[in-house]
Amino acid sequence: MADTVKLPEDSFKPMTPAERQALDSEKIAAPSLTFRQDAWRRLKKNKGAWVSLIVLAIIFIMAFGSLVVSPHNPNAVNPSYANLPSKIPGVGINGFNGTLVQAGQRVDAYKQAGASAGTYYIMGTDYLGRDLFSRVLYGTRISLIIALVATLFDLTIGVTYGMISGWKGGRVDTIMQRIIEIILSIPNLVVIVLLILILKPGMTSIIIAIALTSWVNMARLVRAQTLELKEQEFILAARTLGESSMKISFKHLLPNLSSVIIINTMFTIPNAIFFEATLSYIGIGISSPQASLGTLLNDGQKNFQFLPYQMWWPALILSIIMLAFNLLGDGLRDAFDPRTKE
Amino acid sequence: MAKYLAKRIFYLILTLFIVITVTFFLMKLLPGTPLTNQAKLSKSQIALIYQQYGLDKPVWQQYVLYLAGAVKGNFGTSFQFSDQPVSYLISSRIEPSLQIGLQAIIVGVIVGIVIGAFGAMKQNSWVDTSATVVSILGISIPSFVLAVLLQYYLGLKLGWFPIAEWGGFSYTVLPTLALAAAPLAESARFVRTEMVDVLSSDYIELAKAKGLSRMGVIYHHALRNSLIPLITIVGPLAVNIMTGSMVVENIFSIPGIGEQFVKSVLTNDYPTIMGLTIVYSFMLCVVLLITDILYGIVDPRIRITGKAN
Repeated sequence: MADTVKLPEDSFKPMTPAERQALDSEKIAAPSLTFRQDAWRRLKKNKGAWVSLIVLAIIFIMAFGSLVVSPHNPNAVNPSYANLPSKIPGVGINGFNGTLVQAGQRVDAYKQAGASAGTYYIMGTDYLGRDLFSRVLYGTRISLIIALVATLFDLTIGVTYGMISGWKGGRVDTIMQRIIEIILSIPNLVVIVLLILILKPGMTSIIIAIALTSWVNMARLVRAQTLELKEQEFILAARTLGESSMKISFKHLLPNLSSVIIINTMFTIPNAIFFEATLSYIGIGISSPQASLGTLLNDGQKNFQFLPYQMWWPALILSIIMLAFNLLGDGLRDAFDPRTKE
Repeated sequence: MAKYLAKRIFYLILTLFIVITVTFFLMKLLPGTPLTNQAKLSKSQIALIYQQYGLDKPVWQQYVLYLAGAVKGNFGTSFQFSDQPVSYLISSRIEPSLQIGLQAIIVGVIVGIVIGAFGAMKQNSWVDTSATVVSILGISIPSFVLAVLLQYYLGLKLGWFPIAEWGGFSYTVLPTLALAAAPLAESARFVRTEMVDVLSSDYIELAKAKGLSRMGVIYHHALRNSLIPLITIVGPLAVNIMTGSMVVENIFSIPGIGEQFVKSVLTNDYPTIMGLTIVYSFMLCVVLLITDILYGIVDPRIRITGKAN
């Protein structure tokens, strides 16, 4: 059998360094990536999430930048320019050129109001002549602040609660889960409304009410993940080495929970925005002269039949924000956990 | 099963008891009274009105009385409409809310299943993309925005449906559509994900290998198995609809409990707010209980035991 094997002569020559380089199967071609870098790379591949991230960045910059530069004062009343439709310079399309249909005829509302040729309001003005664009920026800012602060609180409560419940286990866990079940059996909005009634309507009470009700989901997810993590070897090792529970939770649990937390936050924020808008819309949210997207929608809806743009703009911005957060959340979920990729 | 049921019903009652207790004491913290014109009333008149509402007794007695009443479905008398018991106010208004809510959840879930199933069947084609777009939009557009748009375009401009008030079936169409968007989107997303999973499993391969028709495989094997987990999201969907109904009923001026809740909040009608909170929690508890039981019946893989959790 051995004599049938014919090996070529050159198999026994030493390789040149170049050949060795080419054949080196042990070499790692791509630079090694940490978990986070890998997730970031996957996120960038997801077009929807990437566009959402950019859109959100633009909305954030505009909403908070309007603190410094705003086209008009969002609260400056100018009755002679009331209810002007949107006019964008250089755009001739009906609906964006400052014309309105009145008694079946299209008229230039800006001329009627006696505005000079250089006057324009990108989104028009409201019933008091306030610039709608500035108001939408202002309202977006308030809505975002409410959502972000509420989310921050709900993050702290939810993560702590979930971690304690999962880590302690046993009776503590059972009781904590029963409490969650009870909270879950009352519709969120009802609880929020009751809390706002007690705390007196206003921005702070909305933030508190939303924060106090929306942590439940976070707590459940964090608990489930903690239950899984605490059985793993690295936690056992840390315990054996005598680390305190506190230190384990910060040094070992939290980093491993971060993807769950980040993903869920992306869904909590639009939820908070939605609750705030609903509350303001039914009249127990932000009160004037403050404005949020919800109050703007409420104002706009009153005149929707004749001046539809007054509702369309805030509705559009609200929907874009919700859409962007949802898409980003989906993208992040796929990025952090490639197994769930649909 | 009987043991499990008993346990669940016990928890349901415990939950409701806690809800009643918490709302009762929260409402006691608030300053409102049933008096409309306090400055013009004499001391004895105020005392009489307080007596009529049972507010002259110490708080713990009021609480015991309230609890005893609530068991029998008596939630006291409304502050806003004097002489009207809250239970009457609720029972006369619950029907429109239930009708719209049920219609919305049925329409939403059925259309959502169809959209989600088509998306999964034609994965990564234009059908799938548009199904995803529909479900993302449904989640992103708040129901009250949708309600106003439907009211204006389908109701006022096209005149297909009445724009507000309550009458026959045609009055329910627009509010149902406005409320159905969210459950539609949620269930479409859910069914799509489940079905993509199911379609790649071995028993589907086997069914195909046996030579079953494509529709046969989809209908008998794929769809059925992807629908089972859908039961778990019915509870959250019900919450969604309850929340949405508060605003949507207002927009369409439907005499339902959602509209009443908002009205009571704006007029500080505490007995009605409490009554409605209890009714909402009760409905939600029942929905959650039914879905849990159904899930056990439909999916034999899930063994219901008497153990907690």
